[in-house]
Amino acid sequence: MDTSRAIIHSDCDAFYASVEQAEHPKLRGLPVIVGGDEEARHGIVLTASYEAKRRGVRTAMCLWEARQACPEAIVVRPDFPLYHRYSRMARRIYYDYTDLVEPFGPDEAWLDVSGSAHLFGGDVGLIAREISERVKAELGISVSVGISWNKVFAKLASDARKPDGYLAIRPETAERIVWPRPVGDLLYVGPATTRRLGRLGIRTIGQLAQADSVTIRRHLGKMGLVTQAFARGGDESPVRPLEPGSCDISRQVKSVGNGITLPFDATDERTVRQVAWLMGESVCQRMRALGLQARCVSAYARDAGDLSCRSRQLTLARPSDLTSEICQAAARLLTEGADFASAPVRALGVRASSLVPAPEWVQLDLAGVEERRCRLREADAAIDELRRRFGNHAVRRGIELADGRLAGLDPERDNVTHPVSFFA
Amino acid sequence: MRGIAGREKRYVEVVSRTDVDGRVTPLVIVWEDGRRFPVDRVLDVRQAHSLKTGGTGMRYTVRLGGQSTYLFYEGPRWFVEAKVAEMP
Repeated sequence: MDTSRAIIHSDCDAFYASVEQAEHPKLRGLPVIVGGDEEARHGIVLTASYEAKRRGVRTAMCLWEARQACPEAIVVRPDFPLYHRYSRMARRIYYDYTDLVEPFGPDEAWLDVSGSAHLFGGDVGLIAREISERVKAELGISVSVGISWNKVFAKLASDARKPDGYLAIRPETAERIVWPRPVGDLLYVGPATTRRLGRLGIRTIGQLAQADSVTIRRHLGKMGLVTQAFARGGDESPVRPLEPGSCDISRQVKSVGNGITLPFDATDERTVRQVAWLMGESVCQRMRALGLQARCVSAYARDAGDLSCRSRQLTLARPSDLTSEICQAAARLLTEGADFASAPVRALGVRASSLVPAPEWVQLDLAGVEERRCRLREADAAIDELRRRFGNHAVRRGIELADGRLAGLDPERDNVTHPVSFFA
Repeated sequence: MRGIAGREKRYVEVVSRTDVDGRVTPLVIVWEDGRRFPVDRVLDVRQAHSLKTGGTGMRYTVRLGGQSTYLFYEGPRWFVEAKVAEMP
């Protein structure tokens, strides 16, 4: 186990709400909730300020529940371009200390300062506190910082002292600080794993670290062993730097997807088809912009009644970025064998995966299939160009206008890049 | 005479110079009623948050007519922490 690394995890506290309070001083000290649009049925708490959290408001709560818990809460709509700006500014501060910065979502990042700490006096704790002070002075929001020799413990350290906290977990203090903590505090140990570990009598990180590996493997599989290695401080994953110039996520794309919670429950096939095309078109547009094609298309639909999720996938005969092929596949996956009248759909999504670079040349075939696909590709390219110049609503497919209530959707424009997996 | 009730974020027109290295220096602040306030000196430049009015950007501490004040460059706009007069 390499304990010589110096990794800082910086986490902006209640990020969206803090940014709103930084931008609007009148909101400071008040319970602020950043929440989605209730009319469009996106009415959940995205972030709550600490004042609201103290009154029982939790992230992902329905807004009506949050209002019950805290009637005086001020609910504001999210302003994602503003949050992205703050996120970029925070990363710019991180890049002053190291080029090894790995963002984990818009509000968190790991910094590997092992090789650069000596430039700042060699004290990693001082660097962490300086980062915290600078973010506060330059952005007006607070961050919690954690230090350790691995990414998992660094994140655990920053989570342990929120808000505006600082904690260092060193090899000699790890057992004392980490082991008594509940196992759910560990990265990638969610409620399901916590329950399964609980059945084995494992409730703290220390118990997991000391548990018999064979037992863990038998009950939790390979991922159980990975989690146990995390608990023992054995995470050796490197901080994967991105492009400092872009201050943003520019990692290899593994899949391209779009999903939506509908403003009303879809009870007929026509609406589901329409949304499948809307989502599929955005997926294809983004794929083409990235120069990628997909071998696999998957789609999911969430039942409006019991909120259960049905997902299916299929492998395409050949890699594709053609709107017509991907959308038809997605629509088929969503509608085949489904009865929307008895099981209305609340949310659905389309994803393209197993991505390969788009070929620069095409092998034609005798049946003329590829020739037809080339023509479709040219049509897609022309549509993309028109949309680039005049907006996504400049050219639209007839099916996308089937239900007027959905006509205003622009999934491509509204797409947000979410944190990539730790294991990516 | 009325006192100051508070401050508000106000976007203003600024005449500036950009040198070959991309450094921006504000020269004149043009108020909404057309009055022009030449910047005598830039005392300090740093990334900072405005505690009084909210918002963040490159904060220029400038001297205007013997008084120092903050001017924020929020890219591509400039704002000041304008005084709000008390209601009579």
